[in-house]
Amino acid sequence: MTQPTIDRATYDELKETAGAEFVVELVDTFLTEAPTMLDQLRRALAAGDADTFRRAAHSLKSNSNTFGALALGAMARELELNGLDPVVKASGAPLAALASEYSRVAAALTEIRNG
Amino acid sequence: MGEGGPGRARLLVVDDNKVNRLLLTRTLEQQGHGVASAENGRVALEMLRREAFDLLLLDMEMPEMDGFQVLEQLKNDLQLRDVPVIVTSSLEGIDSVVRCIELGAEDYLPKPVNPVLLKARIGASLEKKRLRDQQKVLLRRFAAPEVAQDLQQSGFALGGKRVHASVLFSDIRDFTPLAESQPPEETIELLNTYYTLMFDAISGHGGMVTLMIGDGLMAVFGAPLPLPDHGESAVRAALEMIEMVDLFNLERAAAGKPQIRIGIGIASGDMVAGYAGTNQRATYTCIGDTVNLAARIEAHTKVAQAAILIDAATRAGLPERVRVEPLGPVAFKGKTVPVDVFSVGVGQKL
Repeated sequence: MTQPTIDRATYDELKETAGAEFVVELVDTFLTEAPTMLDQLRRALAAGDADTFRRAAHSLKSNSNTFGALALGAMARELELNGLDPVVKASGAPLAALASEYSRVAAALTEIRNG
Repeated sequence: MGEGGPGRARLLVVDDNKVNRLLLTRTLEQQGHGVASAENGRVALEMLRREAFDLLLLDMEMPEMDGFQVLEQLKNDLQLRDVPVIVTSSLEGIDSVVRCIELGAEDYLPKPVNPVLLKARIGASLEKKRLRDQQKVLLRRFAAPEVAQDLQQSGFALGGKRVHASVLFSDIRDFTPLAESQPPEETIELLNTYYTLMFDAISGHGGMVTLMIGDGLMAVFGAPLPLPDHGESAVRAALEMIEMVDLFNLERAAAGKPQIRIGIGIASGDMVAGYAGTNQRATYTCIGDTVNLAARIEAHTKVAQAAILIDAATRAGLPERVRVEPLGPVAFKGKTVPVDVFSVGVGQKL
């Protein structure tokens, strides 16, 4: 994957239409909510709860795309579409990859937000 | 449409995801709308039943009650089925989108939602809703409430279904000389008061006026909705109509105006009820021998000098205590066999 962590064009468009101050609030909300979604994914995987897993992946996908975190969005979409099985087979590796991509996104968004 | 003039509406955003909820609310507020939000379908339905919204923006993937369940509930709710819904979701697969539309969603917008597209879709939806609201008002004004409801529920189709019901005809005796003796404005006023009283008496007993011609009217008891004691209901309505005319006459006498008299004929049996006319212009009506008989019996009230006449089938449906006088068989035009006719004693309380 050679995509940038955050697609600046998407982010800047969001900033322009919603307003700079509001985007800061929105980023903060995402940074508060996203760890909960990652947590839901892990718990749903452990419990074999396909519905919750799909919903959490869907939510994360939707929000990632809103901020231009396209790689994270694509990874979340894979989880939403393919469900629990591939993740179980790969011993949870896709979730770990998702979490590390999220760390990069969080760092990038924090930087943009402050800059 | 909500207060604040055209273009500004009261919207409800339903999304379990906080970022989506905040962003959509913000976008809509920037476009000048009043916005409330709900975090799942159950909460949204509670809000919709509590306060009026012009439009719903609905996410599909939600815990507790998802968007599909919301669409289904709205579709089956007479009060809420006309609230337009725009689905905003990042659904995977065209099947899900098709399902939304089939369940009655007006439109589908993928997330992230493009604000310009959103504005255009909301504008179009609100305009359509405004037109539908206007149509509903017109429908209520020009069609009986039962027919308006039947139309809204089942849609319009020419043709009818067989029902067992009672038909009532009435008209004002010697109306033509009366109308000729006074200015037309006074006649309109007389007719309006008269119709108001007759409509009240008829609908108060479960009947529906299907026809108004000059001073005459036709009403059906037992269609479009079935009525268990349709014959008795029609007779009760007739007695009340006579009572109303008596009261109206007291008022007219006090104002120095001439008295009016009405005659009522009722027949019961099978008939076909439905919409007759063309696809452009149709009325809800009942057709069949029973209807013709009721009209003939009504005309016979002048000959028999009776206020209310009924046929044997209507008589058979009445409780024993109702005072009726058999007038014997009467030969009606268009009927091969003479028909037994009964006169209902006026002034009795059923």
